[in-house]
Amino acid sequence: MTREGWIRLLVIAAAVGALEIACRTGWIPMTVVLPPSAMATSLWDILVSGTHWNDILVSLRSVVAAAVIAVVLGFLVGAVIHAAPVVRGAVEPLLASYYAVPTFMFYPVFIILFGVGPGAIIAIAVLLAIVSMISATLVGLDRIPTVLGKTARIMRLGPVERALEISLPAAMPYLFTGIKLSVAYAFIGVIASEFILSGAGMGYAIAYAYNNFNNREMYGLMLLIVLVVTVVNTALDTVDRRLQARLRR
Amino acid sequence: MTVVALAEVASVMPADDHHARLAGVTRVFGRPGSPNCVHALGPIDLDLRRGEFFSVVGPSGCGKSTLLDVLAGLAKPTEGTAEFEGRPIDGVPAGVGVVFQEDASFPWLTVADNVAFGLRRAGVDAAEVTRRVDYAVGFMGLKAFAGAYPAQLSGGMRQRVCIARTLVMQPRLILLDEPFGALDQQTRLLMGDELLRLWRETSATVLLITHALDEAAMLSDRVGVMSARPGVFIDVLETGWDVDRDSRIVSHPRFGDLTGHLWEKLRAESLKHMREN
Ligand SMILES: Nc1ncnc2c1ncn2[C@@H]1O[C@H](COP(=O)(O)OP(=O)(O)OP(=O)(O)O)[C@@H](O)[C@H]1O
Ligand SMILES: [Mg+2]
Repeated sequence: MTREGWIRLLVIAAAVGALEIACRTGWIPMTVVLPPSAMATSLWDILVSGTHWNDILVSLRSVVAAAVIAVVLGFLVGAVIHAAPVVRGAVEPLLASYYAVPTFMFYPVFIILFGVGPGAIIAIAVLLAIVSMISATLVGLDRIPTVLGKTARIMRLGPVERALEISLPAAMPYLFTGIKLSVAYAFIGVIASEFILSGAGMGYAIAYAYNNFNNREMYGLMLLIVLVVTVVNTALDTVDRRLQARLRR
Repeated sequence: MTVVALAEVASVMPADDHHARLAGVTRVFGRPGSPNCVHALGPIDLDLRRGEFFSVVGPSGCGKSTLLDVLAGLAKPTEGTAEFEGRPIDGVPAGVGVVFQEDASFPWLTVADNVAFGLRRAGVDAAEVTRRVDYAVGFMGLKAFAGAYPAQLSGGMRQRVCIARTLVMQPRLILLDEPFGALDQQTRLLMGDELLRLWRETSATVLLITHALDEAAMLSDRVGVMSARPGVFIDVLETGWDVDRDSRIVSHPRFGDLTGHLWEKLRAESLKHMREN
């Protein structure tokens, strides 16, 4: 591990330790925040008892579906916009201010369209994620060096070969940034939507525990989500770093 | 052996003297008459003889790369005609290889995979690909880096990857745009020798664009000297070297004369370029 890595770990450990002490000494009442050790044992119980496996599965399924749809659709839309400079000029300012819109306010629309359930949840998460993928696609296609296009022509590649064997790998490091963001937004979209439009999923389970004054379970589930997101993000980061290192020219 | 494989290429070509020809070629960027319209090149007349080594020198921005684009079929002349092997150039013709001025290595592939790219696409069988790639990678002094990615190489090494990637395809016309620009003087001379060796083995026609007058004087059969933009040939010099020349001719008295003559021609043009900018 790098030096930064160790220091980062130390900072996290210190924060967790401080919270533990603050809770145990009664400085923060246990009715408000549980000490991290109690969160961990609660998480352990949740996993062992299996009461929430279904919620975990439901959430992850929605996240994967939303991320895949956002990435594929976002890439296609981005590629089309890139190919049509006139459309791009018109649309790009809209994309830039897109994240100023609180997407969640549209939830009634999606309930009407898809009913309460995964359909509406996935739709909101896709709506939240897709623009990051469109933007990343535009950036990636822009950054393909002109000379690689010339090289493709000298090698007499057809349009499909050129797209798959030159443009796609050349743009990949940028596209992957879009993939990473899409996954992050998909998590946010799914978990947050589950609070309001679901009868299952980790978000729903947290809301349910909260409404039933079940602090212990609520914090256990929160810890679970933090851990899952961290693991997924670390994995994507590793790939990302490898791609970025290769991009350096 | 590779020598044989490379030599085969020459034998399939018709025995006719001029290999590529430009007649009255100009290239203008932007709509003629509009304020940002640039007359980049020409009019240029050029007959590349089959199997000759032709170098182009000229002040920066005079249109050398533009000339290369026209010969490669990447750009259409605004006026005039371009021909390769007796046919008008319309799109990139088969049998032309180009090493561009900019780094064109594929950063997502290793050195060996970069070099193998064109061969694999052409359906050459795996054993033959390995053999030719090994040869070209060794030839370019990249053996120790065959498994490395371009990001791990210096600019000069990446340029050599591009040279190797072009040469393995055994093009009949090789266009090189300042391929040794990023190399130190010693390596540059040695690479020049390697290029001459390869040129002899393949009897390909070579057009080399260079900033280095000594390189042009040492490597070429003929050197075309271009004016400041819009570039036209103000002189075409026959060097008169033997086919089996190498970098040792730098100690030949004629080498100094040639280099001196090139500089004399270019000095005035380069000054003009400096003043204009
Ligand atoms: N796509 C383009 N649009 C407009 N002008 C261009 C374009 N490409 C080249 N030019 C202009 O044409 C002229 C010739 O460019 P070119 O790249 O051929 O010069 P060069 O001789 O290769 O220069 P260098 O020695 O610096 O590589 C320059 O003035 C350049 O600004
Ligand atoms: Mg140039």
